[in-house]
Amino acid sequence: MALKDQTTLRIVLYEGSGAQALGATDRFTALTTLLERGYAITCATGARPVAPADRGALLVLGHFDGGRPPLAEDAAGQVALRFHDISGLDAPRIADVVEATRSESAAVRHGDWKPWFPVIDYDRCTNCMQCLSFCLFGVYGVDEQQRIQVQNNDNCKTNCPACSRVCPEAAIMFPKYKAGPINGDVVSDADLQREKMKVDISALLGGDVYSLLRERSEKAKSRFSKERDSNKALSERQKCLIKLAQSGDIPPEVLMSLPSPEEIVRRAEEAKAKAQAALAAQPGTS
Amino acid sequence: MSAPPRILYCNCTYAQVVPEETKKAVLKKLCESGAAFDAVADLCEMSARHDPALQRLASGGPVKIAACYPRAVKWRFAAAKAPLPQDAAGVLNMRVHTAAEVTAALENPELKPNLPAGKVSSADAPSPNAVASPPAA
Repeated sequence: MALKDQTTLRIVLYEGSGAQALGATDRFTALTTLLERGYAITCATGARPVAPADRGALLVLGHFDGGRPPLAEDAAGQVALRFHDISGLDAPRIADVVEATRSESAAVRHGDWKPWFPVIDYDRCTNCMQCLSFCLFGVYGVDEQQRIQVQNNDNCKTNCPACSRVCPEAAIMFPKYKAGPINGDVVSDADLQREKMKVDISALLGGDVYSLLRERSEKAKSRFSKERDSNKALSERQKCLIKLAQSGDIPPEVLMSLPSPEEIVRRAEEAKAKAQAALAAQPGTS
Repeated sequence: MSAPPRILYCNCTYAQVVPEETKKAVLKKLCESGAAFDAVADLCEMSARHDPALQRLASGGPVKIAACYPRAVKWRFAAAKAPLPQDAAGVLNMRVHTAAEVTAALENPELKPNLPAGKVSSADAPSPNAVASPPAA
């Protein structure tokens, strides 16, 4: 199931009327445990506004008066509402209660996917389609207005920031990246110059990276036919990939998991065609 | 008198980019304050799945968000089709500010919106003198 189609369970730690307040330490321990397991929690003490409810499944936890959780339901029938008394439960047991409810409500289990994907800064993006043209994994696409967007974020390769390197405007962020401006920090002029240099992983490797791979593939084929030396060809490819990894901070495992050079060329041409079609369809393009 | 801004805390659970001691200290202070607040495991993950909860987190009135870079926070919400209100959201960056700075800004009832508007360049970066100042939010 695609990430966007999964439902989530929202937890409310209720300390308002009809329930007792938790001690600060218990509240902190329970919250930390649940956050580490991927849940979103609302601490409802009544002392400050919180975000309104939505239509997702809701589990309300609390030290309810008399140890009895209230019997209540959403009058509109839109929210699957559950209550659980947590008197006497430590944080791991509270987490077990939550986990059991999540499982019953068929809500998503968190932590199965590391959230690594590009985030576009549309204040900077010029819709040049470099990223769409570059990405081999179909992460990018265009909307009805031919505007670039991230369409398949779960296709993105964990820890690979390569597409942000090809963006001439430093408009692509990976918020979990170690350094700016890719992590969302402000963009300096020096950053822009550096990014421009990296646009072309091409310049560093002596041409468009895919052309280079295609060329190498052809050379390799030629060598195979002449020398039948597969080790040499592999070594050539590895050298190329190491250079690419260093210049773009691309994890070696991502590069080593790339498909065959022929498949790379096919996908690159497909991506390039998509980008060209999107550019051609932009308003004002003749 | 208007209600104080809501508080949203992001635990950045799936990465180690926010210093662990900062995250823990901010969450601990929030728990000790007795204030109501929303806490999420990871805004990135919610954005990726276009979690409808982001809509309610963005649309419930003025909000202070303890997370990471304002530019990243702004566009993560936007990516999930839940844009934050430009004039009613202040982001506190736990990647660069200390827990004490973030906590003080959260406790301050005044909201200082700081989402970037337009291209964010080096001209928008705080001056060297401002580094020691409390974060704006």
